[in-house]
Amino acid sequence: MATAAAHRPPGAQAHGAEDTAVIEAYTRRFDAAVAADERIEPRDWMPDAYRATLVRQIAQHAHSEIIGMQPEANWITRAPSLRRKAILMAKVQDEAGHGLYLYSAAETLGVGRDELLDKLHSGRQKYSSIFNYPTLTWADVGAIGWLVDGAAITNQVPLCRCSYGPYARAMVRVCKEESFHQRQGYELLLALSNGTPEQHAMAQDAVDRWWWPSLMMFGPPDDESQHSAQSMEWKIKRHSNDDLRQRFVDICVPQAESLGLTLPDPDLRWNEERGEHDFGTIDWTEFWEVLKGNGPCNEQRITQRRKAHEEGAWVREAAAAHAAKHTGEQTGETGATRA
Amino acid sequence: MTPPETTTPTGTAAPAGPGAPVFPTAAALALGDDALVLSHRLGEWAGHAPVLEEEVALANIALDLLGQARVLLSMAGDEDELAYLREERAFRNLQLVEQPNGDFAHTIARQLYFSTYQLLLHAELAAGDGPFAPLAAKAVKEIAYHRDHAEQWTVRLGDGTDVSHERMQRACTALWRFTGEMFQPVEGLGLDEKTLTAMESAWLDSVTGVLGRAGLTVPDGPRGGAWAAGAGRQGVHTEPFGRMLAEMQHLHRSHPGASW
Repeated sequence: MATAAAHRPPGAQAHGAEDTAVIEAYTRRFDAAVAADERIEPRDWMPDAYRATLVRQIAQHAHSEIIGMQPEANWITRAPSLRRKAILMAKVQDEAGHGLYLYSAAETLGVGRDELLDKLHSGRQKYSSIFNYPTLTWADVGAIGWLVDGAAITNQVPLCRCSYGPYARAMVRVCKEESFHQRQGYELLLALSNGTPEQHAMAQDAVDRWWWPSLMMFGPPDDESQHSAQSMEWKIKRHSNDDLRQRFVDICVPQAESLGLTLPDPDLRWNEERGEHDFGTIDWTEFWEVLKGNGPCNEQRITQRRKAHEEGAWVREAAAAHAAKHTGEQTGETGATRA
Repeated sequence: MTPPETTTPTGTAAPAGPGAPVFPTAAALALGDDALVLSHRLGEWAGHAPVLEEEVALANIALDLLGQARVLLSMAGDEDELAYLREERAFRNLQLVEQPNGDFAHTIARQLYFSTYQLLLHAELAAGDGPFAPLAAKAVKEIAYHRDHAEQWTVRLGDGTDVSHERMQRACTALWRFTGEMFQPVEGLGLDEKTLTAMESAWLDSVTGVLGRAGLTVPDGPRGGAWAAGAGRQGVHTEPFGRMLAEMQHLHRSHPGASW
């Protein structure tokens, strides 16, 4: 990762005490920009910790997009109608596209895709735990669209106003596509819910399995969230985990009613006084277990990812070798490589 | 739900009444099945591609082909009944498109051979005034991209490293015997012997050119033959195709009459 010094504007070479003063001046300017809701751009000076936080978050987001392809791609070859097959293929393709934007956004912070993929494959960086649950039936494709993409949108819409420009702009496009996916998932479940008794049961079963993990997607409760306070201060994050979770529950309750499906929480009810829904206690033990690697599909997901990467190595090497030869021909140089 | 009449290889649907045009159902099925089956194979790559850009590209090609398949199958009957309720022997696709993905080189060789053929075919159909002309005019633009993608990768892999060269050569050779079938007449397509011969010769020129630029050898094996490699148009398929259909049709068949 590049250091702050590497991103100092020209002429800002400073040492010792002078260096400290310069850093302080840049920090003040950075803080003022954030406070004024201005966007921080790649060439702007930024604190190392801000950069590191963004890299961690954007990488995790990018990894989630590409790992997230797996549970849904699991149903592409079995989609029960050609229309649904086209919708699902387009959705999984969009996720690959989101991965591309997000790895590009991370690149603006000085970290390449190869380096990030390496961290994913070696377990040094994470992806959203939700994708460590299996898609057992076709209805899971609908439940993922409705609940998982719904939760993702609730999380991501505020990121369109994130202080870091490239990330905010990538999120605008991602959110538009995600909201399309969410409606498609809802519509898939509606068709099942209104279908045969077997289809209805399939939809209910999927919602029963995906509801609680979807609530966990907002992260641990505010008082246990490791990175929240600083991220809020930097305007990377705009709302607390618990606020977003509450917003999501309030959105889902009427939608579940329209779907004719039941959310699996006996404590879920409207609280007149608070003007929002009360809901049951989340099993945080499960959350931490899945996060630690003990979910139903952690091993399977990362193994498939590594396998695809390793089996594709000869293809990437060939492309690089071909490009290098081609570059050599054009410029008269040899040995140029493409990462 | 019984499979519709159109699932039998009758060539043309019965006219709606005296003087009504005879619709080339067999031809719509042949082209529709090609697109459907290859789209399915490409869809199997999702989550397994060698690089993220190829996740996007392979899905894109699969989606184009699925779009073509839906139009063509709808010309012949109900798209879902045709896709999900026919038995293996009723499918009219080329054996080439049902071949398993293999490694990335096999997928690319299959795409190069097929897209080169499909581009020539659709250019021919688009130039005519038959029932396939409107679809072909739109599809030509998509297919030109598919072919370009396959050509670029053939050259990259043929030229890249020793390993990629060897894999690409092996793939081109392995699939060669399925390429003669593309130029056999299809009932109702309206292409005469002379046109098919010209298409075949243009296909050979084009593929030879790409393989040459990739530093690959044009395979010298037969492109059809005594045991009729390539009888997909007659409903004779290769073993992997039955398994592909079993997976594709399982859920739909498990819920007879359901809507999705």
